[in-house]
Amino acid sequence: MSQTLAHDDAPVTASKTADSKRELVAQAVTINRPAQELYDFWREFPNLALVMENIVSIEALDRNRSHWVVRAPGGRTVEWDSLVTKDVPGREITWQSEGDADVANSGRIVFEEVPGRGTVVTATIAYEPPAGAIGKIVAKVLQREPNVQARRDLRRFKQLMETGEIATNARTLRMLAEENT
Amino acid sequence: MRALTWHGKHDVRVDTVDDPEIVNPRDAIIKVTSTAICGSDLHLYDGYIPTMKAGDILGHEFMGEVVEVGPKSTLKKGQRVVVPFTISCGQCYHCGKKQFSACPNGLPADNQDIAMEAYGHEMAGLFGYSHMTGGYAGGQAEYVRVPFSDFGPLVIPDGVEDEKVLFLTDILPTGWMAAENAEIEPGDTVAVWGCGPVGLFAVQSAFLLGAARIIAIDHFPHRLELAKKFGAETINFEESATYDALMEMTGGIGPDAVIDCVGLEAHGAFADNIIDQIKASTFLGTDRIHAIRQAIIACRKGGRVSMPAVYGGFVDKFPLGAVMQKGLTLKTGQTHVQRYLPALLAAIMEGKIDTTFMISHRMALEDAPKGYKLFHDEQDTTTKIVLKPDMALAA
Repeated sequence: MSQTLAHDDAPVTASKTADSKRELVAQAVTINRPAQELYDFWREFPNLALVMENIVSIEALDRNRSHWVVRAPGGRTVEWDSLVTKDVPGREITWQSEGDADVANSGRIVFEEVPGRGTVVTATIAYEPPAGAIGKIVAKVLQREPNVQARRDLRRFKQLMETGEIATNARTLRMLAEENT
Repeated sequence: MRALTWHGKHDVRVDTVDDPEIVNPRDAIIKVTSTAICGSDLHLYDGYIPTMKAGDILGHEFMGEVVEVGPKSTLKKGQRVVVPFTISCGQCYHCGKKQFSACPNGLPADNQDIAMEAYGHEMAGLFGYSHMTGGYAGGQAEYVRVPFSDFGPLVIPDGVEDEKVLFLTDILPTGWMAAENAEIEPGDTVAVWGCGPVGLFAVQSAFLLGAARIIAIDHFPHRLELAKKFGAETINFEESATYDALMEMTGGIGPDAVIDCVGLEAHGAFADNIIDQIKASTFLGTDRIHAIRQAIIACRKGGRVSMPAVYGGFVDKFPLGAVMQKGLTLKTGQTHVQRYLPALLAAIMEGKIDTTFMISHRMALEDAPKGYKLFHDEQDTTTKIVLKPDMALAA
Protein backbone atom coordinates (compact mmCIF):
# COMPACT_ATOMS: atom_id res chain seq x y z
CA MET A 1 0.00 0.00 0.00
CA SER A 2 1.30 3.40 -0.84
CA GLN A 3 1.96 5.90 1.90
CA THR A 4 1.65 9.65 1.80
CA LEU A 5 5.02 11.33 1.79
CA ALA A 6 5.41 13.37 4.98
CA HIS A 7 8.09 15.58 3.47
CA ASP A 8 9.83 15.86 0.14
CA ASP A 9 13.62 15.72 -0.20
CA ALA A 10 14.09 19.47 -0.69
CA PRO A 11 16.11 21.39 1.93
CA VAL A 12 14.01 22.79 4.79
CA THR A 13 15.22 26.28 3.83
CA ALA A 14 13.26 25.98 0.59
CA SER A 15 10.09 25.09 2.51
CA LYS A 16 6.97 27.10 1.76
CA THR A 17 5.30 26.04 5.01
CA ALA A 18 8.00 25.88 7.72
CA ASP A 19 7.20 28.35 10.48
CA SER A 20 10.05 29.67 12.53
CA LYS A 21 10.70 32.62 14.79
CA ARG A 22 14.22 32.66 13.40
CA GLU A 23 15.16 33.85 9.96
CA LEU A 24 16.83 31.08 8.02
CA VAL A 25 19.10 31.67 5.05
CA ALA A 26 20.76 29.03 2.92
CA GLN A 27 22.85 29.20 -0.21
CA ALA A 28 24.92 26.65 -2.10
CA VAL A 29 27.72 27.27 -4.56
CA THR A 30 30.04 24.89 -6.41
CA ILE A 31 33.70 25.87 -6.35
CA ASN A 32 36.28 24.18 -8.56
CA ARG A 33 38.87 23.72 -5.75
CA PRO A 34 39.57 21.00 -3.15
CA ALA A 35 37.43 21.04 0.01
CA GLN A 36 40.48 21.29 2.28
CA GLU A 37 41.64 24.51 0.62
CA LEU A 38 38.21 26.11 0.94
CA TYR A 39 37.87 25.00 4.54
CA ASP A 40 41.33 26.39 5.37
CA PHE A 41 40.39 29.81 4.00
CA TRP A 42 37.08 29.89 5.86
CA ARG A 43 38.51 28.61 9.14
CA GLU A 44 40.71 31.73 9.35
CA PHE A 45 37.71 33.97 10.02
CA PRO A 46 39.50 37.30 9.40
CA ASN A 47 39.84 36.13 5.74
CA LEU A 48 36.08 36.44 5.37
CA ALA A 49 36.33 40.24 5.38
CA LEU A 50 37.74 39.83 1.85
CA VAL A 51 34.55 38.30 0.50
CA MET A 52 31.75 39.54 2.78
CA GLU A 53 30.07 42.89 2.40
CA ASN A 54 29.65 45.39 5.23
CA ILE A 55 32.34 43.92 7.45
CA VAL A 56 34.15 46.55 9.53
CA SER A 57 36.44 43.99 11.16
CA ILE A 58 36.72 40.32 12.08
CA GLU A 59 39.22 39.68 14.84
CA ALA A 60 40.37 36.23 15.94
CA LEU A 61 40.25 36.17 19.78
CA ASP A 62 41.56 32.62 19.95
CA ARG A 63 41.36 29.51 17.76
CA ASN A 64 37.60 29.13 18.29
CA ARG A 65 36.37 32.63 19.10
CA SER A 66 36.19 35.69 16.89
CA HIS A 67 34.81 39.20 17.31
CA TRP A 68 32.69 40.60 14.49
CA VAL A 69 31.92 44.27 13.79
CA VAL A 70 29.46 44.81 10.96
CA ARG A 71 28.15 48.01 9.37
CA ALA A 72 24.48 48.78 10.04
CA PRO A 73 22.32 51.52 8.57
CA GLY A 74 22.63 55.12 9.74
CA GLY A 75 26.39 54.93 10.20
CA ARG A 76 26.02 52.49 13.11
CA THR A 77 27.69 49.16 13.69
CA VAL A 78 26.55 45.94 15.32
CA GLU A 79 28.94 43.57 17.11
CA TRP A 80 29.07 40.07 18.46
CA ASP A 81 31.46 37.34 19.52
CA SER A 82 31.23 34.09 17.61
CA LEU A 83 32.19 30.66 18.95
CA VAL A 84 32.99 27.60 16.85
CA THR A 85 30.75 24.82 18.16
CA LYS A 86 31.69 22.09 15.72
CA ASP A 87 34.81 21.78 13.61
CA VAL A 88 35.44 18.92 11.19
CA PRO A 89 38.65 19.80 9.34
CA GLY A 90 38.20 19.89 5.56
CA ARG A 91 34.51 19.27 5.91
CA GLU A 92 32.35 21.41 8.22
CA ILE A 93 32.32 24.40 10.58
CA THR A 94 29.43 25.32 12.86
CA TRP A 95 29.29 28.51 14.92
CA GLN A 96 27.06 30.32 17.38
CA SER A 97 27.09 33.91 18.65
CA GLU A 98 27.81 34.30 22.37
CA GLY A 99 26.13 36.24 25.18
CA ASP A 100 24.49 39.58 24.44
CA ALA A 101 25.11 39.73 20.71
CA ASP A 102 23.47 42.67 18.90
CA VAL A 103 22.21 40.12 16.38
CA ALA A 104 22.05 36.60 17.81
CA ASN A 105 23.09 34.24 15.03
CA SER A 106 24.33 30.78 14.28
CA GLY A 107 25.47 29.03 11.17
CA ARG A 108 26.98 26.05 9.49
CA ILE A 109 29.11 25.71 6.41
CA VAL A 110 29.69 22.33 4.78
CA PHE A 111 32.31 21.52 2.14
CA GLU A 112 31.56 18.42 0.09
CA GLU A 113 33.72 17.32 -2.83
CA VAL A 114 31.90 16.24 -5.98
CA PRO A 115 33.86 14.33 -8.62
CA GLY A 116 34.63 16.48 -11.65
CA ARG A 117 33.07 19.63 -10.25
CA GLY A 118 35.14 20.60 -7.25
CA THR A 119 33.41 21.23 -3.93
CA VAL A 120 29.79 22.03 -3.13
CA VAL A 121 29.77 24.67 -0.40
CA THR A 122 26.51 25.00 1.50
CA ALA A 123 26.06 27.78 4.02
CA THR A 124 23.09 27.90 6.38
CA ILE A 125 22.66 30.90 8.66
CA ALA A 126 19.95 31.48 11.28
CA TYR A 127 19.54 34.75 13.12
CA GLU A 128 17.12 36.54 15.42
CA PRO A 129 16.42 40.16 14.62
CA PRO A 130 17.14 42.05 17.86
CA ALA A 131 14.67 44.08 19.88
CA GLY A 132 14.72 47.86 20.33
CA ALA A 133 15.19 50.79 17.98
CA ILE A 134 18.46 49.65 16.44
CA GLY A 135 17.00 46.18 16.14
CA LYS A 136 14.20 47.51 14.00
CA ILE A 137 16.65 49.08 11.58
CA VAL A 138 18.89 46.02 11.53
CA ALA A 139 15.95 43.70 11.07
CA LYS A 140 14.66 45.79 8.19
CA VAL A 141 17.99 45.60 6.41
CA LEU A 142 18.61 41.94 7.16
CA GLN A 143 15.12 40.95 6.14
CA ARG A 144 15.25 42.91 2.96
CA GLU A 145 17.37 40.49 1.00
CA PRO A 146 19.29 38.17 3.33
CA ASN A 147 19.45 35.45 0.69
CA VAL A 148 20.79 37.87 -1.89
CA GLN A 149 23.45 39.02 0.56
CA ALA A 150 24.53 35.46 1.32
CA ARG A 151 24.57 34.61 -2.36
CA ARG A 152 26.79 37.57 -3.20
CA ASP A 153 29.19 36.67 -0.39
CA LEU A 154 29.49 33.07 -1.57
CA ARG A 155 29.96 34.17 -5.19
CA ARG A 156 32.83 36.43 -4.16
CA PHE A 157 34.27 33.48 -2.22
CA LYS A 158 34.03 31.35 -5.37
CA GLN A 159 35.68 34.03 -7.52
CA LEU A 160 38.56 34.51 -5.11
CA MET A 161 39.19 30.77 -4.71
CA GLU A 162 38.91 29.90 -8.41
CA THR A 163 40.54 32.92 -10.06
CA GLY A 164 42.64 34.52 -7.33
CA GLU A 165 40.71 37.77 -7.52
CA ILE A 166 37.26 39.25 -7.00
CA ALA A 167 35.56 40.58 -10.12
CA THR A 168 35.02 44.32 -10.26
CA ASN A 169 33.97 46.68 -13.02
CA ALA A 170 35.96 49.52 -11.42
CA ARG A 171 38.05 51.19 -14.11
CA THR A 172 40.42 52.88 -11.67
CA LEU A 173 41.71 52.25 -8.15
CA ARG A 174 39.75 55.27 -6.95
CA MET A 175 36.53 53.73 -8.30
CA LEU A 176 37.41 50.46 -6.57
CA ALA A 177 37.94 52.28 -3.25
CA GLU A 178 34.58 54.04 -3.63
CA GLU A 179 32.90 50.69 -4.31
CA ASN A 180 34.29 49.20 -1.13
CA THR A 181 33.11 51.93 1.22
CA MET B 1 41.08 59.59 -22.37
CA ARG B 2 38.29 59.95 -24.93
CA ALA B 3 35.49 57.39 -24.94
CA LEU B 4 32.09 56.86 -26.52
CA THR B 5 29.49 57.05 -23.74
CA TRP B 6 25.79 56.23 -23.61
CA HIS B 7 23.39 58.83 -22.28
CA GLY B 8 19.99 57.54 -23.34
CA LYS B 9 17.99 56.42 -26.34
CA HIS B 10 19.73 57.66 -29.53
CA ASP B 11 22.08 59.77 -27.39
CA VAL B 12 25.74 58.72 -27.43
CA ARG B 13 28.64 61.17 -27.03
CA VAL B 14 32.41 61.17 -27.02
CA ASP B 15 33.45 62.35 -23.55
CA THR B 16 36.71 62.79 -21.67
CA VAL B 17 36.89 60.28 -18.80
CA ASP B 18 39.54 58.93 -16.42
CA ASP B 19 42.09 56.57 -17.97
CA PRO B 20 41.75 52.95 -16.83
CA GLU B 21 44.25 51.43 -14.40
CA ILE B 22 45.37 47.97 -13.35
CA VAL B 23 42.84 47.08 -10.63
CA ASN B 24 43.16 43.29 -10.29
CA PRO B 25 46.33 41.19 -10.62
CA ARG B 26 45.36 39.50 -13.89
CA ASP B 27 44.41 42.79 -15.63
CA ALA B 28 46.06 44.37 -18.64
CA ILE B 29 45.49 47.81 -20.14
CA ILE B 30 45.04 47.82 -23.91
CA LYS B 31 45.56 50.89 -26.10
CA VAL B 32 42.81 50.47 -28.67
CA THR B 33 43.90 50.57 -32.31
CA SER B 34 40.62 49.42 -33.92
CA THR B 35 37.12 48.97 -32.53
CA ALA B 36 33.83 48.28 -34.28
CA ILE B 37 30.20 49.15 -33.75
CA CYS B 38 28.21 45.91 -33.44
CA GLY B 39 24.63 45.37 -34.51
CA SER B 40 23.94 44.52 -30.89
CA ASP B 41 25.20 48.01 -29.91
CA LEU B 42 22.16 49.28 -31.80
CA HIS B 43 19.93 47.46 -29.27
CA LEU B 44 21.58 49.67 -26.60
CA TYR B 45 21.27 52.71 -28.87
CA ASP B 46 17.56 52.01 -29.31
CA GLY B 47 17.08 51.62 -25.56
CA TYR B 48 16.04 47.96 -25.73
CA ILE B 49 18.54 46.68 -23.17
CA PRO B 50 17.76 47.45 -19.51
CA THR B 51 20.27 48.37 -16.77
CA MET B 52 22.20 50.97 -18.78
CA LYS B 53 23.47 54.02 -16.89
CA ALA B 54 24.31 57.47 -18.27
CA GLY B 55 28.04 57.67 -18.91
CA ASP B 56 28.55 53.95 -19.61
CA ILE B 57 31.36 53.38 -22.14
CA LEU B 58 30.17 51.18 -25.01
CA GLY B 59 31.98 48.78 -27.30
CA HIS B 60 32.74 45.06 -27.15
CA GLU B 61 34.61 44.55 -30.43
CA PHE B 62 38.11 45.91 -30.00
CA MET B 63 41.78 45.15 -30.35
CA GLY B 64 44.96 46.99 -29.59
CA GLU B 65 48.36 47.09 -28.05
CA VAL B 66 49.22 45.99 -24.52
CA VAL B 67 50.52 49.05 -22.65
CA GLU B 68 50.34 47.91 -19.03
CA VAL B 69 50.11 44.53 -17.27
CA GLY B 70 49.16 43.39 -13.78
CA PRO B 71 51.49 41.07 -11.81
CA LYS B 72 49.58 37.95 -12.89
CA SER B 73 49.00 38.85 -16.53
CA THR B 74 50.95 36.73 -19.02
CA LEU B 75 50.83 39.38 -21.74
CA LYS B 76 53.82 41.57 -22.54
CA LYS B 77 53.88 45.27 -23.25
CA GLY B 78 53.87 45.95 -26.97
CA GLN B 79 51.99 42.77 -27.93
CA ARG B 80 48.99 43.21 -30.20
CA VAL B 81 45.89 41.41 -29.02
CA VAL B 82 42.31 40.77 -30.03
CA VAL B 83 40.00 40.77 -26.99
CA PRO B 84 36.97 38.43 -26.81
CA PHE B 85 33.77 40.26 -25.86
CA THR B 86 33.06 37.72 -23.12
CA ILE B 87 35.08 37.99 -19.89
CA SER B 88 35.91 34.41 -18.91
CA CYS B 89 38.24 33.14 -16.18
CA GLY B 90 39.44 29.86 -17.67
CA GLN B 91 39.29 28.07 -14.30
CA CYS B 92 35.66 27.40 -13.39
CA TYR B 93 33.46 24.41 -14.24
CA HIS B 94 31.95 26.12 -17.28
CA CYS B 95 35.30 27.23 -18.69
CA GLY B 96 36.49 23.63 -18.19
CA LYS B 97 33.64 22.57 -20.47
CA LYS B 98 34.59 25.33 -22.95
CA GLN B 99 31.27 27.05 -22.23
CA PHE B 100 33.10 30.31 -21.82
CA SER B 101 30.09 32.61 -22.11
CA ALA B 102 28.62 30.84 -19.07
CA CYS B 103 31.60 31.73 -16.84
CA PRO B 104 30.30 33.41 -13.68
CA ASN B 105 33.63 34.66 -12.40
CA GLY B 106 33.95 37.80 -14.51
CA LEU B 107 30.61 39.14 -13.37
CA PRO B 108 30.82 41.19 -10.16
CA ALA B 109 28.65 39.58 -7.45
CA ASP B 110 26.56 42.74 -7.06
CA ASN B 111 25.75 42.66 -10.78
CA GLN B 112 24.50 39.06 -10.66
CA ASP B 113 21.16 39.78 -9.00
CA ILE B 114 19.37 40.99 -12.13
CA ALA B 115 20.21 37.95 -14.25
CA MET B 116 19.44 35.67 -11.28
CA GLU B 117 15.92 37.13 -11.24
CA ALA B 118 15.46 37.33 -15.02
CA TYR B 119 17.18 34.12 -16.16
CA GLY B 120 17.61 32.03 -13.00
CA HIS B 121 21.40 32.15 -13.34
CA GLU B 122 24.10 34.78 -13.65
CA MET B 123 25.75 35.27 -17.04
CA ALA B 124 29.31 36.00 -18.13
CA GLY B 125 30.61 39.52 -17.83
CA LEU B 126 30.72 41.39 -21.15
CA PHE B 127 32.49 44.57 -22.16
CA GLY B 128 30.34 47.66 -22.62
CA TYR B 129 26.95 45.99 -22.51
CA SER B 130 24.82 47.15 -19.57
CA HIS B 131 25.12 46.50 -15.85
CA MET B 132 23.30 43.19 -16.02
CA THR B 133 26.42 41.85 -17.77
CA GLY B 134 28.83 43.50 -15.36
CA GLY B 135 28.88 47.21 -16.07
CA TYR B 136 32.38 46.94 -17.58
CA ALA B 137 33.68 49.90 -19.58
CA GLY B 138 33.85 48.98 -23.26
CA GLY B 139 36.33 49.31 -26.09
CA GLN B 140 35.03 52.29 -28.05
CA ALA B 141 37.65 54.27 -26.19
CA GLU B 142 41.35 55.03 -26.29
CA TYR B 143 42.17 52.55 -23.51
CA VAL B 144 40.44 49.58 -21.90
CA ARG B 145 41.00 47.61 -18.71
CA VAL B 146 40.90 43.91 -19.66
CA PRO B 147 40.36 41.43 -16.78
CA PHE B 148 41.68 37.84 -17.00
CA SER B 149 44.18 39.05 -19.60
CA ASP B 150 46.21 35.86 -19.09
CA PHE B 151 43.33 33.82 -20.49
CA GLY B 152 41.07 35.70 -22.92
CA PRO B 153 43.04 37.85 -25.35
CA LEU B 154 44.57 36.32 -28.48
CA VAL B 155 48.04 37.55 -29.44
CA ILE B 156 48.17 38.53 -33.12
CA PRO B 157 51.32 37.81 -35.13
CA ASP B 158 53.27 40.82 -36.40
CA GLY B 159 52.44 42.01 -39.88
CA VAL B 160 48.77 41.01 -39.81
CA GLU B 161 46.65 44.11 -40.25
CA ASP B 162 43.97 44.97 -37.69
CA GLU B 163 41.06 44.73 -40.08
CA LYS B 164 41.78 41.09 -40.94
CA VAL B 165 41.50 39.95 -37.32
CA LEU B 166 39.32 42.53 -35.54
CA PHE B 167 36.14 40.51 -36.03
CA LEU B 168 37.57 37.59 -34.04
CA THR B 169 36.34 39.53 -30.99
CA ASP B 170 32.71 38.70 -31.63
CA ILE B 171 30.97 38.50 -34.98
CA LEU B 172 33.19 35.94 -36.74
CA PRO B 173 33.10 33.36 -33.91
CA THR B 174 29.40 34.18 -33.48
CA GLY B 175 28.72 33.41 -37.14
CA TRP B 176 30.86 30.27 -36.88
CA MET B 177 29.12 29.01 -33.73
CA ALA B 178 25.77 29.71 -35.40
CA ALA B 179 26.76 27.40 -38.26
CA GLU B 180 28.18 24.80 -35.86
CA ASN B 181 24.91 24.87 -33.87
CA ALA B 182 23.03 24.18 -37.11
CA GLU B 183 24.68 20.71 -37.05
CA ILE B 184 25.06 20.72 -40.82
CA GLU B 185 25.15 17.38 -42.64
CA PRO B 186 26.48 16.92 -46.18
CA GLY B 187 23.86 17.91 -48.74
CA ASP B 188 21.96 20.16 -46.34
CA THR B 189 20.15 23.31 -47.28
CA VAL B 190 20.56 26.02 -44.66
CA ALA B 191 18.41 29.16 -44.48
CA VAL B 192 19.87 32.25 -42.82
CA TRP B 193 17.64 35.10 -41.65
CA GLY B 194 19.49 38.42 -41.61
CA CYS B 195 22.50 39.33 -43.76
CA GLY B 196 24.20 41.64 -41.30
CA PRO B 197 27.77 40.87 -40.24
CA VAL B 198 26.86 37.76 -38.21
CA GLY B 199 24.59 36.47 -40.96
CA LEU B 200 27.27 36.96 -43.60
CA PHE B 201 29.84 35.14 -41.46
CA ALA B 202 27.28 32.40 -40.80
CA VAL B 203 26.90 31.99 -44.58
CA GLN B 204 30.67 31.60 -45.07
CA SER B 205 30.94 29.27 -42.07
CA ALA B 206 28.01 27.08 -43.11
CA PHE B 207 29.60 26.46 -46.51
CA LEU B 208 32.92 25.59 -44.81
CA LEU B 209 31.02 23.16 -42.57
CA GLY B 210 29.56 21.35 -45.57
CA ALA B 211 26.24 22.97 -46.48
CA ALA B 212 25.27 22.23 -50.09
CA ARG B 213 22.95 25.24 -50.41
CA ILE B 214 22.40 28.37 -48.39
CA ILE B 215 19.39 30.61 -48.75
CA ALA B 216 19.86 34.08 -47.29
CA ILE B 217 16.88 36.23 -46.31
CA ASP B 218 16.89 40.01 -45.81
CA HIS B 219 15.27 43.14 -47.24
CA PHE B 220 18.42 45.20 -47.84
CA PRO B 221 19.55 44.69 -51.47
CA HIS B 222 23.21 45.48 -50.77
CA ARG B 223 23.40 42.98 -47.95
CA LEU B 224 21.74 40.31 -50.09
CA GLU B 225 24.27 41.08 -52.80
CA LEU B 226 27.11 40.36 -50.34
CA ALA B 227 25.50 37.04 -49.38
CA LYS B 228 25.21 36.16 -53.07
CA LYS B 229 28.94 36.85 -53.51
CA PHE B 230 29.65 34.04 -51.07
CA GLY B 231 27.45 31.67 -53.01
CA ALA B 232 24.12 32.01 -51.22
CA GLU B 233 20.76 32.14 -52.97
CA THR B 234 18.67 35.06 -51.78
CA ILE B 235 15.13 35.94 -50.77
CA ASN B 236 14.13 39.59 -50.35
CA PHE B 237 11.18 39.37 -47.99
CA GLU B 238 9.76 42.63 -49.31
CA GLU B 239 9.62 41.20 -52.83
CA SER B 240 8.76 37.58 -52.11
CA ALA B 241 6.77 35.55 -49.60
CA THR B 242 9.55 33.90 -47.60
CA TYR B 243 7.76 30.70 -46.55
CA ASP B 244 6.34 30.04 -50.00
CA ALA B 245 9.72 30.68 -51.63
CA LEU B 246 11.57 28.41 -49.18
CA MET B 247 9.09 25.57 -49.64
CA GLU B 248 9.35 25.69 -53.40
CA MET B 249 13.17 26.03 -53.33
CA THR B 250 13.46 22.95 -51.08
CA GLY B 251 10.92 20.72 -52.79
CA GLY B 252 8.39 21.19 -49.98
CA ILE B 253 10.68 19.72 -47.34
CA GLY B 254 11.90 23.02 -45.90
CA PRO B 255 15.47 23.97 -44.97
CA ASP B 256 17.29 21.28 -42.96
CA ALA B 257 18.62 23.94 -40.64
CA VAL B 258 17.59 27.53 -40.06
CA ILE B 259 19.73 30.27 -38.51
CA ASP B 260 18.24 33.42 -36.99
CA CYS B 261 20.77 36.26 -37.23
CA VAL B 262 18.19 38.96 -36.66
CA GLY B 263 17.10 38.98 -33.04
CA LEU B 264 14.96 41.18 -30.92
CA GLU B 265 14.44 44.08 -33.30
CA ALA B 266 13.12 42.32 -36.40
CA HIS B 267 12.12 44.62 -39.26
CA GLY B 268 9.20 44.36 -41.61
CA ALA B 269 5.54 45.28 -41.75
CA PHE B 270 4.18 41.89 -40.73
CA ALA B 271 1.07 41.73 -38.55
CA ASP B 272 2.85 39.88 -35.72
CA ASN B 273 5.76 42.32 -35.87
CA ILE B 274 3.51 45.35 -35.57
CA ILE B 275 1.81 43.85 -32.51
CA ASP B 276 5.27 43.06 -31.03
CA GLN B 277 6.34 46.66 -31.59
CA ILE B 278 3.28 48.00 -29.81
CA LYS B 279 3.86 45.64 -26.91
CA ALA B 280 7.55 46.51 -26.73
CA SER B 281 6.81 50.22 -26.70
CA THR B 282 4.30 49.76 -23.89
CA PHE B 283 6.51 47.24 -22.01
CA LEU B 284 3.97 44.43 -22.32
CA GLY B 285 6.65 42.37 -24.03
CA THR B 286 10.26 43.17 -24.73
CA ASP B 287 11.32 41.48 -27.93
CA ARG B 288 10.17 41.63 -31.56
CA ILE B 289 10.59 38.08 -32.74
CA HIS B 290 9.24 37.87 -36.26
CA ALA B 291 12.40 36.28 -37.72
CA ILE B 292 12.61 33.35 -35.29
CA ARG B 293 8.86 32.67 -35.66
CA GLN B 294 9.23 32.47 -39.42
CA ALA B 295 12.38 30.34 -39.19
CA ILE B 296 10.66 27.79 -36.95
CA ILE B 297 7.63 27.57 -39.21
CA ALA B 298 9.82 27.08 -42.31
CA CYS B 299 12.27 24.56 -40.81
CA ARG B 300 11.85 20.98 -41.99
CA LYS B 301 10.52 18.32 -39.64
CA GLY B 302 13.33 17.03 -37.44
CA GLY B 303 15.49 19.99 -38.44
CA ARG B 304 17.73 22.27 -36.42
CA VAL B 305 17.13 25.85 -35.33
CA SER B 306 20.27 27.84 -34.54
CA MET B 307 19.73 31.17 -32.84
CA PRO B 308 22.83 33.34 -32.45
CA ALA B 309 20.62 36.44 -32.48
CA VAL B 310 20.25 38.39 -29.25
CA TYR B 311 17.06 38.21 -27.22
CA GLY B 312 16.75 39.87 -23.86
CA GLY B 313 13.46 39.17 -22.20
CA PHE B 314 10.01 37.78 -22.78
CA VAL B 315 8.32 36.99 -26.04
CA ASP B 316 4.77 36.53 -27.16
CA LYS B 317 3.27 34.10 -29.66
CA PHE B 318 6.35 31.88 -29.71
CA PRO B 319 5.47 28.85 -31.87
CA LEU B 320 6.39 26.27 -29.26
CA GLY B 321 3.85 23.85 -30.72
CA ALA B 322 5.74 23.82 -34.03
CA VAL B 323 9.01 23.13 -32.20
CA MET B 324 7.47 20.13 -30.44
CA GLN B 325 5.27 18.75 -33.20
CA LYS B 326 8.01 18.95 -35.84
CA GLY B 327 10.67 17.66 -33.44
CA LEU B 328 13.02 20.59 -33.89
CA THR B 329 16.28 21.08 -32.01
CA LEU B 330 16.96 24.63 -30.82
CA LYS B 331 20.54 25.65 -30.06
CA THR B 332 21.56 29.11 -28.99
CA GLY B 333 23.68 31.13 -26.57
CA GLN B 334 26.16 33.93 -26.28
CA THR B 335 29.27 32.96 -28.20
CA HIS B 336 32.00 30.89 -26.52
CA VAL B 337 34.53 33.13 -28.28
CA GLN B 338 37.73 31.70 -26.80
CA ARG B 339 36.77 28.20 -28.02
CA TYR B 340 37.08 29.20 -31.68
CA LEU B 341 39.93 31.72 -31.80
CA PRO B 342 42.96 29.61 -32.80
CA ALA B 343 41.11 27.78 -35.60
CA LEU B 344 39.50 30.94 -36.94
CA LEU B 345 42.77 32.87 -36.88
CA ALA B 346 44.28 30.04 -38.90
CA ALA B 347 41.34 30.13 -41.34
CA ILE B 348 41.86 33.88 -41.84
CA MET B 349 45.60 33.45 -42.38
CA GLU B 350 44.96 30.68 -44.92
CA GLY B 351 42.46 32.88 -46.76
CA LYS B 352 39.54 30.50 -46.13
CA ILE B 353 37.46 33.23 -44.51
CA ASP B 354 37.23 36.78 -45.83
CA THR B 355 36.68 39.39 -43.14
CA THR B 356 37.55 42.77 -44.58
CA PHE B 357 34.88 42.81 -47.31
CA MET B 358 32.35 43.73 -44.66
CA ILE B 359 33.86 47.06 -43.60
CA SER B 360 31.90 49.85 -45.25
CA HIS B 361 33.12 52.78 -43.16
CA ARG B 362 36.26 53.76 -41.26
CA MET B 363 35.90 56.68 -38.87
CA ALA B 364 37.72 58.49 -36.10
CA LEU B 365 36.56 57.64 -32.57
CA GLU B 366 35.51 61.29 -32.30
CA ASP B 367 32.96 60.62 -35.06
CA ALA B 368 31.43 57.60 -33.30
CA PRO B 369 28.06 59.33 -32.63
CA LYS B 370 27.75 59.96 -36.39
CA GLY B 371 28.66 56.32 -36.94
CA TYR B 372 25.87 55.10 -34.65
CA LYS B 373 23.32 57.27 -36.45
CA LEU B 374 24.53 56.08 -39.85
CA PHE B 375 24.54 52.39 -38.85
CA HIS B 376 21.04 52.84 -37.42
CA ASP B 377 19.52 54.82 -40.30
CA GLU B 378 21.29 53.39 -43.37
CA GLN B 379 21.49 49.66 -42.77
CA ASP B 380 21.54 48.70 -46.42
CA THR B 381 24.89 50.28 -47.22
CA THR B 382 26.37 50.53 -43.73
CA THR B 383 27.46 46.94 -43.15
CA LYS B 384 30.22 47.60 -40.62
CA ILE B 385 31.85 50.67 -39.11
CA VAL B 386 35.39 50.47 -37.73
CA LEU B 387 36.50 53.26 -35.38
CA LYS B 388 40.14 54.27 -35.11
CA PRO B 389 41.09 56.25 -32.00
CA ASP B 390 44.24 57.47 -33.77
CA MET B 391 42.50 58.65 -36.89
CA ALA B 392 41.55 62.14 -35.68
CA LEU B 393 45.19 62.82 -34.88
CA ALA B 394 46.27 61.60 -38.29
CA ALA B 395 43.71 63.64 -40.23
